[in-house]
Amino acid sequence: MASIEVNGKSYEIDEEGYLVDLSTWNEEVGAYLATTEGLTLTDQHWEVINFLREYYNEFQIAPAVRVLTKAIGKKLGPEKGNSQYLYELFPYGPAKQACKVAGLPKPTGCV
Amino acid sequence: MAAPEFKIPEYREFPTVPALVPGAMAHSKPYIANEKVQEGIGLPAKLADDWQVTHDKAIGKFGELLGKYRSLKVFMDSCVHCGSCTDKCHYFIGTGDPKNMPVARQDLMRSVYRRYFTLPGKLFPKLVGARDLTKDVLDEWFSYFWQCSECRRCSVFCPYGIDTAEVTMAARHILDSVGYGQKYSNEILAKVNKIGNNLGLPGPALEDTLLGLEEDVKEETGVDVRYPLDVKGAEVLLVTPSADFFAEPHIESLIGYGKVFHAAGISWTLSSYASEAGNFGLFNGDYNMMRKVAMRIREQALELGVKRIVVGECGHAWRVAYAFWNTLIGLGNNGNDPYSVELQKQLDPRYKEPSHICEFTWDLIQQGRLKFDKEANDSRIITFHDSCNVARGSRMGDYPGGQFEIPRNIIKAVANKFVDMPSATIRETTFCCGGGGGVLTDDLIELRVKGAFPRMEALQHVVENNGVNFMATICAICKAQFSKVLPYYGFNMRLVGGVHQLVSTAIRLGDEQ
Repeated sequence: MASIEVNGKSYEIDEEGYLVDLSTWNEEVGAYLATTEGLTLTDQHWEVINFLREYYNEFQIAPAVRVLTKAIGKKLGPEKGNSQYLYELFPYGPAKQACKVAGLPKPTGCV
Repeated sequence: MAAPEFKIPEYREFPTVPALVPGAMAHSKPYIANEKVQEGIGLPAKLADDWQVTHDKAIGKFGELLGKYRSLKVFMDSCVHCGSCTDKCHYFIGTGDPKNMPVARQDLMRSVYRRYFTLPGKLFPKLVGARDLTKDVLDEWFSYFWQCSECRRCSVFCPYGIDTAEVTMAARHILDSVGYGQKYSNEILAKVNKIGNNLGLPGPALEDTLLGLEEDVKEETGVDVRYPLDVKGAEVLLVTPSADFFAEPHIESLIGYGKVFHAAGISWTLSSYASEAGNFGLFNGDYNMMRKVAMRIREQALELGVKRIVVGECGHAWRVAYAFWNTLIGLGNNGNDPYSVELQKQLDPRYKEPSHICEFTWDLIQQGRLKFDKEANDSRIITFHDSCNVARGSRMGDYPGGQFEIPRNIIKAVANKFVDMPSATIRETTFCCGGGGGVLTDDLIELRVKGAFPRMEALQHVVENNGVNFMATICAICKAQFSKVLPYYGFNMRLVGGVHQLVSTAIRLGDEQ
């Protein structure tokens, strides 16, 4: 299986570049995974990433897109509480791309 | 995931048979399921190191399937290479790869069949186009049988009625049985067996999501519409694809189902244990796997004591429910074995079991139990994309073609502006979205984009001529696939949505002051 090197430490990733052991995630790893997606992380990205991780810790799954937009809307104002805003931050799709950066497993199924 | 680079097909003034591009998609293959995933669903972890072992296992499985399914043997024998199917496949039209002509794709398997299971092939392989099963041949199967969405459009045009999807299913079943599984589908099967749905959504997360929906609908409409979970004694158990709980635009239809139940005053429930209508066992042609997934629904129906089972907007789920649930879990078609009788005794015989949510809603509309403000959908000019497993694999209502009419009837009952796409691209000759049958995965994005091409051309036609801005569909795969590929063809990803999303927009909830 493939791996990435961040700050001299090796982390295992799967075929699609998602972190295999979620507990090894840290912000540097997140920032590195973002570069593999061509993203430069801003504070706005981190708001989303942190929410994803909090939600995952509670529910062992990424939040539904609707749950995510609602939470972001509550925190940052209704103009940002929509999936368009999330797509601006994560153009390949907030569910998959943001999950990868946050070190969460990839959502599967018909999504 | 950074998108790989490839050429997007260009719109044609006159859609004709594409020029052949041999090998155009030979590089396309999905990720192989890892050992953990394979073992998790009871399949060999990986290919054997010794090719002979794999070879013998594959031929053995092939022989077993030929013995078990008479249909497969007929399909292997009866093709006369007439060519009717050649230009009917969306993947061939979108890629030009001659191996994506259905006859050629099937011949990858048929040539092996001739070698091992027919006398001329055993004696004079070269004369009859028979070939040995080698690792290269198996690799080719893995590539091209994952370039078929089992949509069966080609079967509609086959004069011998060969069910090409069944051939693909058999090939995948053989691949699975030698440890050569596809990551996307098998990972999903592992999750549904462990957690209850394809997404891996645990009960508490589902509950949280549904509570959030109740809040949203209350805020939007002022009405307390419930999205109940695990309620014993409810009249209806709704099973729907788990994408309805998670993704956009899927969740809009889920909101719509809840509003229909509310407006009609019928008690209903979702189940956290059977929180998936989809059944990827179908895509791999594995009856036992399919049965295992479907059993969760039987168990919950008995446990919750429901009187009716309704299936949400999911194409292949409806095919499994309509065509397979009777033998899988004893539901439907009035089985009189003890196993079926147990469930039939509990269910209300006045209703069709199982029912599609569109049948359910349309019945209520016909009885005058639902009222709509059609003008609420006036900003939408709507077309309907028939999903392949509903169109060609099942039926709705009690007359032929009900599966085409009922969803359209609902749309016309809730909205004023509806227009169909060109006739060769809808109803029984509908084009697949390009993502069905287990290929809805990022590692096959090139295939998905190119396979969507014929549908995109038909859509372009009604967008240009009729100003269509909403394509309704009743399949979670179609919704996810279109959301992803529409932008490649210059459309807004929000152009796709569900039939019950339209219902949701226009329905009167009945308790307005």
